[in-house]
Amino acid sequence: MTQSISITVKVNDKEYTRDVEPRMLLSDFLRHELGLTGTHVGCEHGVCGACTILFDGESERSCLIFAVQADSHHVTTVEGLAKDKDNLHPLQQSFWEAHGLQCGYCTPGILMTMIPFLKQNPNPTEEEIRHALSGNLCRCTGYQHIVDAVKLAAEKMK
Amino acid sequence: MKPAPFEYYAPDSLEQAVDLFSQYVGDGKILAGGQSLVPAMNFRVVQPSVLIDLNRVGELSYIREDGDVIRIGAMTRERQLEFDSSIAKWTPLLHEAVPFIAHPQIRNRGTIGGSIVHADPAAELPVLMTALNARLKAKSVSGERWVDAKDFFVGMFTTALEPNEILIEIELPFMPARTGWSFVEVAPRAGDYAMMGVAALVTLDANGKCKGAKLVYLNAGEGPMEAKEAEKLLEGTTLGDTLVEEAAVIASEKEINPFGNTHASIDFQRHLAKVLTQKTLKLATQRAGELQ
Repeated sequence: MTQSISITVKVNDKEYTRDVEPRMLLSDFLRHELGLTGTHVGCEHGVCGACTILFDGESERSCLIFAVQADSHHVTTVEGLAKDKDNLHPLQQSFWEAHGLQCGYCTPGILMTMIPFLKQNPNPTEEEIRHALSGNLCRCTGYQHIVDAVKLAAEKMK
Repeated sequence: MKPAPFEYYAPDSLEQAVDLFSQYVGDGKILAGGQSLVPAMNFRVVQPSVLIDLNRVGELSYIREDGDVIRIGAMTRERQLEFDSSIAKWTPLLHEAVPFIAHPQIRNRGTIGGSIVHADPAAELPVLMTALNARLKAKSVSGERWVDAKDFFVGMFTTALEPNEILIEIELPFMPARTGWSFVEVAPRAGDYAMMGVAALVTLDANGKCKGAKLVYLNAGEGPMEAKEAEKLLEGTTLGDTLVEEAAVIASEKEINPFGNTHASIDFQRHLAKVLTQKTLKLATQRAGELQ
């Protein structure tokens, strides 16, 4: 018989209680159970970075965590960044202004990687930014405008 | 790309975890950080029928100094190793190498114990444990025992653990006095599996001669590959350029056994090993000299 486990997860400061099968990935839980489709799924083996979320404030791959493991933890997704569509987070605003995205598939994962990075390193060099981006694949931009956007965000967030 | 069904247990004490694991010998898998296991389950390369998750066993997460060793709980995240001051001070080789492990998102979740038990020949931690003469503590229902790192990695993805044993602690001796270190690896992109990597340690005596050297390689064979003949050659010498090159040739041509892969032929892996050996030995020697 399939096991079903009741979990309560705080996502973007809101508590959700759901019954899940242990094998459900956190990425699928966010998208299919909670309807938070901002978290994208690329490779499902931890390489592309598209599904990066904050797990208790640290960037982690949501495709490499089971939803049951998030019970009583706090998850932040890209939906948790902006107050509303007219008030983007300075990091999102910088991606808009510096043309840091084309198709946008990788963008949520990159934003959720850069949030803790800029917190820990508010004045990054270009090399540090590029290194921090190394776990997120983008197939459109060639990264140049993403790097520019992160630099702009660091300025705005000072 | 979704895991096969499994039964899930999340014990909150080590005793419970050990009991559960002994009940499910053969069917059960321990889930540590899951940064290798979960991808393998997503691909259905691995289909355990029971998962025992150690993430709620808080007693397995610590880094503390104890006399002249550092004790690290098996569930300590790789990211914690990266920023720990005891590790930076007493085992600078480990401090230097941790940022090479995958990406920050992986290190935030991946654990020292998980990586060691996974025993991937291309991983950094098994090589570092071997170079640093770590001792590894295993626990099962029948008790606890220590295994030296050199005896722990017995083959590709294979360790000396018994089927019912859980790795619980890593004991790292402080690096000896006047020991220089260097870790370098070459990967197609930062954070990818390296095509070749070397951990080097050089201990100098009072006269500036080599008292002992360590050379351990990743992605160079069935497990962490130690170049014992090259190490021996360097002992008692002043580590001159010619001798260092000779040691690098012995290590890269005779002592390692790389398999080659999509990114690097066997010849290229050996070439990298030779160049990296010279580079790391020089830096380790220089650093050991600066410590005098």
